[in-house]
Amino acid sequence: MSLKRILSLAAELLMLVLVFLLIIGPMMSLFIWSVAHRWYWPNTLPQEVGFEYWKQALGMRTSLAIGAISILPAFFLSLGIAVVVVIISMLIAIPAGYALAKYRIPFGAFIMFLFLMPNAFPQQPIFVNLLGIFTRLSLAGTVQGVILVHILVGLVFGIWITSATFRSIPSYLEEAAYSVGAGRLYTFFHITLPLAAPGLLASAVFVFITSLDEFTGTFFIGVPFVSTLPMTLYSSSGYNMQYASVIAIILLIPSILFMTLIQKVLRAEYVGGMG
Amino acid sequence: MPALRLERIVKKYGKVMAVDGLSLEVRDGELLTLLGPSGCGKTTVLRCVSGFVRPDSGEIYLGERKITEIAPQKRGIGLVFQNYALWPHMTVFRNLAFGLEIKNLSKNDIYQRVEHALSLVQLEGLGERFPRQLSGGQQQRVALARALVLEPDILLLDEPLSNLDALLREQMRFEIGQIHKQAGITTIYVTHDQTEAMVISDRIAVLEKGRIMQLGSPSEVYSKPANKFVAGFMGTTNFIYCRVTTVAGDDVAVATDDGLTLRGRGLGLHKDQEADVAIRPESITFLAPSEARAHPQGTNIYEAEVIRASYVGELIDYQLKIKNHLIRARGDVRACHGVGDRIQIRLDHNQLAVLPR
Repeated sequence: MSLKRILSLAAELLMLVLVFLLIIGPMMSLFIWSVAHRWYWPNTLPQEVGFEYWKQALGMRTSLAIGAISILPAFFLSLGIAVVVVIISMLIAIPAGYALAKYRIPFGAFIMFLFLMPNAFPQQPIFVNLLGIFTRLSLAGTVQGVILVHILVGLVFGIWITSATFRSIPSYLEEAAYSVGAGRLYTFFHITLPLAAPGLLASAVFVFITSLDEFTGTFFIGVPFVSTLPMTLYSSSGYNMQYASVIAIILLIPSILFMTLIQKVLRAEYVGGMG
Repeated sequence: MPALRLERIVKKYGKVMAVDGLSLEVRDGELLTLLGPSGCGKTTVLRCVSGFVRPDSGEIYLGERKITEIAPQKRGIGLVFQNYALWPHMTVFRNLAFGLEIKNLSKNDIYQRVEHALSLVQLEGLGERFPRQLSGGQQQRVALARALVLEPDILLLDEPLSNLDALLREQMRFEIGQIHKQAGITTIYVTHDQTEAMVISDRIAVLEKGRIMQLGSPSEVYSKPANKFVAGFMGTTNFIYCRVTTVAGDDVAVATDDGLTLRGRGLGLHKDQEADVAIRPESITFLAPSEARAHPQGTNIYEAEVIRASYVGELIDYQLKIKNHLIRARGDVRACHGVGDRIQIRLDHNQLAVLPR
């Protein structure tokens, strides 16, 4: 083995360790906290471990001593809200993104900017005003209200990524379809949409994760009646590290699953010819 | 009955006149090339015919059918794009079957027609490949097959070979010509490459600034250019500014300010008119010393000085000086002249085109 090869191997190993520390490290800490029954200074590792907090969080045991409650209702509520938010956002984002990408829309740049607004300013003043409006419309404290807020926050990713995706599909691919007799809708569903699928999926994932993690808007509009997972995490994080760690790990799972899915799809056959 | 007729097509982009009142008739079954430099309007004309560009005025007829206002989907025109425009998420077979499926043909019919089209472009057995698994030349053939499989009334090719390397391009020229003959389909071919146009066309329309400068067979356009632009665009040409001295039918004599007198061919000229005489390198013959002695002062025979001689393989590319004029000429590699040599040359008067200014 040459010196060069040894050096490159060593560099690779170093990178691996760094990546491990950066990504897996914090997760390990979360995991250790989630199984620590007793962990006091100056011990490096917990004195007593077990899955008591997991059982509590997953509703398999109710013990007032630990002071935790089942997070399952909050988990399913968050998941349900996220799914509805993704569906509605994509129903808006796909046509809007296509129009912004393919047609010359008057004030197109301005419209894009409007979608960015909720994320371009400090969110609190926006949501305080929104609370006033939602209260008048009887949307405050309802799941519908929270869904609307999540769409407001997530739509920017939806529209920006979908329009960029549609813009990356060369128009001659659509013209080729017209030239062999395909109508506009047929072309959209058989040519444009399949080619855009990876990008659309990526934007759906961003919207999904945004909704799953959304805190500020939910806090203003939903509390105290709508308690999503981040709300539950927040209310327990101050005094119960174990319980908070369990919720954090559960929040991570959908994101990791989705990222894996995206990677699979992005590697799929037909992406090869794109761009 | 022409297969396609364009009547006074006008298309402006802002202030730029892309197509300027262009009229053209394409004969049934012929391969007509729109030839011109980039920005001459040839692609716009093609897009007007395919329906992706609506002309500002003028009419387009496909056979007897007026198609000016008809959507591209309903024109029945086959298109081959410069970038092939194959759908990357479909196999070759699905690319070809796409248009047939819209027509609601039976599975068996579709299979038969796709196979036939693939054999026409010599791609049998590649139906299950994806476009990116094919070479550039193969992708180009798939694009051609996709257009042909629908048996369109007319086929439009937009610079189909410009993305291929030189060797493949040369080979594909012949193949496209062959396929055109086999399928017998009326074809409009757009290119900026004059050699390509010469090789494959039945007729060539040379375009400049949205107008047809000349329409004719490849040999007509090459040897009898209608004006300076056409002469300059169709291969290397030397232009010498001159004045017409005598006219006898198409036999014209001209003279330059520095005393060069030449005989050439030209139409529609009159005495004392300002003109350019177009001299192609291949119309210049180098005379052997014995020949030169026999015609010391013959028609179109002059002494020239070699200014530059570049060896380019099958021939030598010379720059010669006749009186005050620099001209390009080509010589045999077996009779090489060095820089500074004085030689006798003859300009073939049948190949000198005198073009009005």
